[in-house]
Parts: sequence; structure tokens; C-alpha cells
Amino acid sequence: MTHPNETKTAQPMVMMRDVEKYYGTFHALKNINLTVAKGEKIVLCGPSGSGKSTLIRCINALEVSHGGEIVVAGHSLHNDQKAIDAVRRVVGMVFQQFNLFPHKTVLENCILAPMRVRKLSRAEAEATARKYLERVRIGDQADKYPAQLSGGQQQRVAIARALCMEPKAMLFDEPTSALDPEMVKEVLDTMVSLARDGMTMICVTHEMGFARQVADRVIFMADGEIVEENDPENFFRAPKHQRTRAFLGEILAHH
Amino acid sequence: MGPQEFAYLLQGLAWTLVLTAMGFVGGIAFGVIVALMRVSSVTWIRLIAIGWIGLFQGTPLLMQLFVAYFGLPLLGFNLPAWAAVGIALTAHASAFLGDIWRGAIQAVPRGQTEAAMALGLHTRSLMIDVIMPQAFKLSLPATVGFLVQLLKGTSLAAIVGFIELTRAGSIVSNQIYRPLLVFGVVGAMYFAMCWPLSLWGRNIERRMSAGVSR
Ligand SMILES: Nc1ncnc2c1ncn2[C@@H]1O[C@H](COP(=O)(O)OP(=O)(O)OP(=O)(O)O)[C@@H](O)[C@H]1O
Ligand SMILES: [Mg+2]
Repeated sequence: MTHPNETKTAQPMVMMRDVEKYYGTFHALKNINLTVAKGEKIVLCGPSGSGKSTLIRCINALEVSHGGEIVVAGHSLHNDQKAIDAVRRVVGMVFQQFNLFPHKTVLENCILAPMRVRKLSRAEAEATARKYLERVRIGDQADKYPAQLSGGQQQRVAIARALCMEPKAMLFDEPTSALDPEMVKEVLDTMVSLARDGMTMICVTHEMGFARQVADRVIFMADGEIVEENDPENFFRAPKHQRTRAFLGEILAHH
Repeated sequence: MGPQEFAYLLQGLAWTLVLTAMGFVGGIAFGVIVALMRVSSVTWIRLIAIGWIGLFQGTPLLMQLFVAYFGLPLLGFNLPAWAAVGIALTAHASAFLGDIWRGAIQAVPRGQTEAAMALGLHTRSLMIDVIMPQAFKLSLPATVGFLVQLLKGTSLAAIVGFIELTRAGSIVSNQIYRPLLVFGVVGAMYFAMCWPLSLWGRNIERRMSAGVSR
């Protein structure tokens, strides 16, 4: 029997094989095959309703998939709560609507899970929180409530909150879509710096500048399927599929 | 009305407050349990809570008092009147508060649960640290409104012979034959307790709908 750690270097961070997902009778993910290596940055794009959110939410088991296999950091999902816990322990997530806890200060938002899940002491958790709040350049707002911050600041807090769990991979679901245009950059800059530090990232975003800058691969989805994937250079220069071209035409026209 | 009669009314008033406090403290403790059972993902637990809420919302408080006062002794529980009434009020309040808080829990945005789960929090911490504090705040106006109802509802305990404010009033009134005066005073006492509570509840509601964060 091999110990999981022995195969660690060869093991991908995320492996999805023949994954299917239904909402009732609606077929939301069709035969998804995706492997993400450690340190790799993936950008996922596609029209509204194509299944991007559903796909990344299957990775941390916020959605249950119905067929195929999902293995994250060596833990095979769809068996038990233990595997789900292990996956969530190493995969952080950032949402479009930030989803900060409004009744807790920035600092309290950041120490809750480290104390409850990582079992850190309050002092350790606060030290960790301050480190990551500095890291997203918002250390001076630690004692404010989310409602007192701008959207861009809130999203950076949400990133710091996820980082406080010291994850091995981060999922981003349209992290800049709910932001006023002038705040998009500060969040993207934070994500770029995270990428530079070697974080494994899977980002649903339509920020094509970001995709060009950090993505190793861009994946295009439509109607629950992965239609096309390529490195950003070729993805943007020479999209193969008609649907990708139509989508890119629309996106770039709007920017 | 002499000082003696007035003192008698004040004693009744004290019992009204005791009954309200019993119903409310008991109702809070058991209401939290009812609310959590009501939102449980386990069907049979949820069904018990639905049944409990339906039972107490669907029958008059007076009947619930009768059942506790006359029914429990028949089952071999020999309780003093205040305990029987306290049990009935607690059960009644637990159903109403449970349903109020069920609504508040469900009104907390879904994204809060998702963020907590993505961080690896389990149900216990999810509820205690994330959902319930927010639900409690959302439910405050309705909770205070129910407290006012409960305070007035304790007057029904008079029917089973309990000498709370209303019953004290009718006893005094029968003694001195001044019903208008006596019930005027009794009414003023209820008003003095309920009105500030109502104002407080309305104030909270206004602050919340004004969207002031804190
Ligand atoms: N909980 C749900 N119940 C039923 N259908 C759902 C549910 N969640 C998503 N869907 C459907 O599944 C499809 C894919 O949804 P998903 O949210 O993954 O799309 P998306 O690519 O993220 O779109 P968007 O760009 O609008 O966020 C959509 O047609 C959506 O209506
Ligand atoms: Mg989406």
C-alpha cells in the first residue's frame, strides 16, 4: 500500500473524470474531464448558465456530482464527510458576492474557521489573520465591519479569510463581477500576486486581461460541456470553435 | 380604592410578570430547539417540529392552559398551579418563537452557509457562529411582538383560578363595586408594560429597514 504522501509530487491537485451533474432533470455538467496540476492557474469562462459555477462548486463539494470521479489533493469525493472535510481543509473559495459574515469584524471573519477547523488558539489565529490581511493590503481595517468597507476591500478580506486556512488551492467564482469598475483592479492585483506565489488557482472570470497575464490554460464552457481549452495565447489568437469565437467577440466588444 | 386593594393589584401584576418571564425564558430555551429541529435535514426531526408548531398555533392558548392545568394531574403529575401554567406558556411560546426563528434562519442568505461550509465549518459552528446571530437580529421585531402577545395572554391564566393581574382586578372589583376604576387601573398597568415593549420593537424594526448596519 502506498502512503498518499509518496505520490504527492506526481499527484494532480484536482482530477475530474467523466463528471456528470443534474439539477432534477436538467443536465448541468456533461462528461467533464479536467486535471489541474499543483501550481497551475486555470481560467474558466463561458456564457451565463454554461455550468462554470457548478463545475468549481463540485470541486469543494458545495454541489454533489452524479457520475464520474472527483479527486482533490488525493481525496476522492463522493464517499464520506471525512473526504469532504479534508478537501475543504485544503481548498479555499472566493464568491462573487463576497459572503463575508456581516455580524463579525474583518478580524473575526478571518479567525473563525482557523480556530474552529484548524483548532488554532485565538492568538495564533489572530497572528495568521493579521499576516494575510497585510498581504491583501487591508491590515488597517481589521476592526471594521464588512458593511463599512468598499466592495473591493470586502473581496480582499474574503480572499484573506480563505488564505487564513492556508489552502493549497483557491477557487474563485467571478470575484470581480459584483464590483464597481474602479475596484476591479485592486482585487485582480491581489489575485495576480497570489498566482505569482505559486498558488493553484481555478478562476471563473471574464477578465481576459487577467487570463492573459496569469493563466496557464483557459477553458471555455457552453451548455455544461468543456468546449475548448488552450493556453491563453492560442485561446485568444486562434479559438477553434464557432461558439468560442462568438463568445470572445461578445466579451471583447464589451471591454 | 384603598392602598390595600392597590397592593393586591400589584401582587397580581408581579404574578403576571413571573408568568410572562417563565413563558419567555422557557419559550426561548425550547424555541431554539424547535427552530433547529424545524430546519433539520432529517425528515422525522423536522416533522416533529412541524407537528409541535401546528399543535400550539392551531389551538387556543386557553385550551392549552386547561390541558396543562387539568390534564397533567390526571396523568399523575401533581403540580402547583403556577407550574402547570408555566409549562403551558413555555410550550406555547416555544412553538411560536420556534416558528419565528425558523423564518429568520431561512432568511439568512444562502451565501453565508456556503461560505461557512467552504471554510470547512460543521453544522454546529455554522449555526452558532454564523447563522443564529444573524437570524436573531432579523427576528427581533417579531420576537418582541410575541413577547407583548404573551404578556397579555397570561391573563387567560385567570380562568384556571390563577390570581394574576386580570384576576386580581376582578376580585378587587367585586369587593369594592368600582369596576370602571379598577379595570381602568388594571388596563393602565398592562399598557405601561406593553407599550414600551411595542415601541422598542418598532424602533428596532425601523432601524433595520433603514439599513443602518450597527
Ligand atoms: N440549484 C440549482 N437548481 C436548479 N438549477 C440550477 C441550480 N444551480 C444552477 N442551475 C442551473 O444550472 C445551469 C448552470 O448554472 P451555473 O450557475 O453553473 O452557470 P454559470 O456558468 O456559473 O452561469 P453564470 O455566468 O450566470 O454564473 C444554469 O442553467 C442554472 O440555471
Ligand atoms: Mg456562475
